[in-house]
Amino acid sequence: MATTVKFTVDGKSRSVKVDDPAMPLLYALRDDLQMKAPHFGCGVAQCGACTVLVDGEPVRSCVMPVTAMKGKQITTIHGLGTPEKPHPLQTAFVEEQVPQCGYCINGWVMTAASFLKKKPKASDAEIREALDGLKCRCGTHVSIMRAIKRAQQQMA
Amino acid sequence: MNSPKDFSLSRRDFLRASGALIVSVSMTGLVTDALAQIGPNKPPLVPGELDSWVAVLKDGSVSAFFGKIDMGHCLDVAIAQIVAEELDVGFERVTVFQGDTATSCNQGGASGSFGISAGAKPLRNAAAEARRILVAGASRQLNVPAEQLTVSDGVVSGGGKRVSYAELIGGKFFNSKVEWNKEIGNFMDIKVQAKLKSPSEYKVVGKSFRRRDVPGKVFGTSDWITEISLPGMLHARVIRPVIAGSVPLKVDADSIRKIPGAKVVREKNFLAVVAPKEWDAVRAARELKVEWSAGTNPFPAMEKLYDHIRAAKVVKAETETNKGDVEAVFKTAARIVEAEYHWPFQSHASMGPGCAVADVKKDSATLWTGSQKPHYARDGIAKLLDLPPDKVRGIWVMGPGSYGRNDGGDAAIDAALLSKLTGKPVRVQGSRADATAWDPKGPASVHRARAALDGTGKVIAYEYISKGFSRIDTANNEADPRDSLAGHELGMAPNPAMGFGTPEDNYAFASRRLGWEAIAPLLNRSSPLRTAHLRDPVGPDIHFGSEQFIDELAVATGEDAVAFRLKYASKPRAAAAIKAAAEKAGWQTRVSGTAKSSGEIQSGRGISYTERRGTVVATIAEIEVNRRTGRIWAKKFTVAHDCGIIINPQGLTQCIEGNVIHGLSRTILEEVRFDNNSVTSVDWASYPIVEIKDAPETIDVVLINHPEIAPSGAGEPSIRSIPAAIANAFFDATGVRLRTAPLTPARVLAALAGAKA
Repeated sequence: MATTVKFTVDGKSRSVKVDDPAMPLLYALRDDLQMKAPHFGCGVAQCGACTVLVDGEPVRSCVMPVTAMKGKQITTIHGLGTPEKPHPLQTAFVEEQVPQCGYCINGWVMTAASFLKKKPKASDAEIREALDGLKCRCGTHVSIMRAIKRAQQQMA
Repeated sequence: MNSPKDFSLSRRDFLRASGALIVSVSMTGLVTDALAQIGPNKPPLVPGELDSWVAVLKDGSVSAFFGKIDMGHCLDVAIAQIVAEELDVGFERVTVFQGDTATSCNQGGASGSFGISAGAKPLRNAAAEARRILVAGASRQLNVPAEQLTVSDGVVSGGGKRVSYAELIGGKFFNSKVEWNKEIGNFMDIKVQAKLKSPSEYKVVGKSFRRRDVPGKVFGTSDWITEISLPGMLHARVIRPVIAGSVPLKVDADSIRKIPGAKVVREKNFLAVVAPKEWDAVRAARELKVEWSAGTNPFPAMEKLYDHIRAAKVVKAETETNKGDVEAVFKTAARIVEAEYHWPFQSHASMGPGCAVADVKKDSATLWTGSQKPHYARDGIAKLLDLPPDKVRGIWVMGPGSYGRNDGGDAAIDAALLSKLTGKPVRVQGSRADATAWDPKGPASVHRARAALDGTGKVIAYEYISKGFSRIDTANNEADPRDSLAGHELGMAPNPAMGFGTPEDNYAFASRRLGWEAIAPLLNRSSPLRTAHLRDPVGPDIHFGSEQFIDELAVATGEDAVAFRLKYASKPRAAAAIKAAAEKAGWQTRVSGTAKSSGEIQSGRGISYTERRGTVVATIAEIEVNRRTGRIWAKKFTVAHDCGIIINPQGLTQCIEGNVIHGLSRTILEEVRFDNNSVTSVDWASYPIVEIKDAPETIDVVLINHPEIAPSGAGEPSIRSIPAAIANAFFDATGVRLRTAPLTPARVLAALAGAKA
């Protein structure tokens, strides 16, 4: 039996008809809503490429059932900032020319955005701890750290 | 090898052919716009036509048509710089169209770090020729001799008069022949009448222009291969067996009956499910009941892998360097130093599983692929579908990483086969296990090193022989479906080749032999342990041993590792790079392993010097070893890098940083796990890679610029210097050698315990 789930994405009300209650949020975003910034990387919450914020908290949308999203506020990287009105992390990731293949970058930006909001003055060690579990196969980690520190300065 | 007629399809034909498609990707639209501006009557897309390489549009902007691709290493920007430089137009005016068989000739796709060293050559020549023709045209129009004309940002002026490129040719064709060297792939080049600029005149080359793909990646607005969507498209998942080599005996289509629109597609041993919605394809793949044939235990126990390689029959061997009478000199040795090193199977394990979309019609087909070599993939699809290559268009779209022949090549063949079998456009993206367990692997290998010393400690003979699975068991491009899993599943005979490699002949030991021996695959078809090229094919593997062995010789002869290398390194650029790295890192001269600290954390420094096709790299790693946990933290790397003339310093620096961390990951963590019947590395938990906590605090890159030396590539050369730099630092810190990669905490603890006992 199909059910309809309503939530907001980047400030707009959206509804999705769901056949399978176990369908992860990622497929609702990408396939039903054509919002393709969160990427499929692993499907088992081990890489972070699919990260969105749910009520401000980073969530791996590849394993989160869409049916659990009823009434939730979901933010994708589009909602975080735009080229016209960028989030400081987006500005910093562009300034530092961080992404190579770029498939993972969504996860780093979204997770760091949520963390810096809670702890804007986090130390290097705290940042590394908070971002543990995210993967980047191209090995851009040192430029990710540079960008986060640049964003911290801008946000201070 | 392709014949020249493979390129005979004109852009106009393609505009017509692709007009019916509504593709939801703006990049494809952009290409179409560029082509539309060029207009009809374009000469055929063959390397011998100037119009195949460069076009001036009505507004004076320039299109460059590149048969390679950039995957985030600033390559397209470098190409735009080179074209802008030779044409004398502003960098911003140049757009580079990449990796589309409708707009570019087959320059080989991403391959061998040849993007600039080979790939830029025809573009540079074409841009210079275009400038020559435009200046000649301006000379006629302005009635001013060509030698009195100058060009600035696409405006030709002299004698008080001026005319722009746009006015001269905007939107029209050059209709001018150039001399093609008849090469297809990496070494395709053209000869032109124009004289190229001297590097001393460069204004655009050598500057750090910024990448054009970065904002889209950071704002989530980029178009990826995973975003391609066509009307009526089906999502597919190919079902590969858990047990290597087993085939489907019975498929219960009823088991997915309740999933909306889900269907089984089967052709011989190729098995897939399709559904209109992606999630439905995913769950159909999970829920489909299949009875598989029994396993045949094709793989040795993992701990016996290196025994297997040692004992395996050599199928092909080559001695690539053979100077002096090595055997005779060994008989005269006062002392012989020997060691053996081991490197495991490694996975490309790209950030996301391979993805491709194919739309196969009765007499034509279009393939969108994230794999590295769209022109060759086009050829492979044409063979699979039995279509002439000029009826198939291959379009590269940025994919989830690559670094060699990953699972993206199989996705391309899978998508085309499924589109043919279903009669609909089909999108394939694998699961994590398809990317980690089923990609072609970097080959496992054993490396035997020995050196003869005379009575004074001088190295008088040296031998380094690598033995392993072939790096070309699976071909390095997708031009033949026999090299694909689907091809094997359809019953095509595999198409293996045998090859490995040696270290560059870097050290002037009086007698020396460098060679390799390749062995047969463990399972000759549909194997998750089939082997192929992985970033810097067999480079990290070989130099993990060879550059450790140089350190072992330095220790054996009581010399400092830097001093020892400077004594034997045969080329001046090698010495310069070694010295530059040592100076920047503040290298402490001592015999390695003689300044061990006590306590839980031990620190050490190690150097490695490598060369790859003319690019010289010296890397110093400074690491900490935690004796309690076995964890290695490579805290700092210093990389001196000489690849000839530098086109874009920032792009180069960040490309090197990526090499360092990819190399670090492969050195300390990466090892494909398997049992007798299957690959058991199926995700990031069973195939760990570096996390940000493992990342160094600092990577100091020292760029050595040689404007007088042709560029020699940077996508791969530095990664081969990383493994031994770390292992040599480990020895310096602990006095213990780790000769088997990866240097995992378990191996570190075992080695430290063994050394204590």
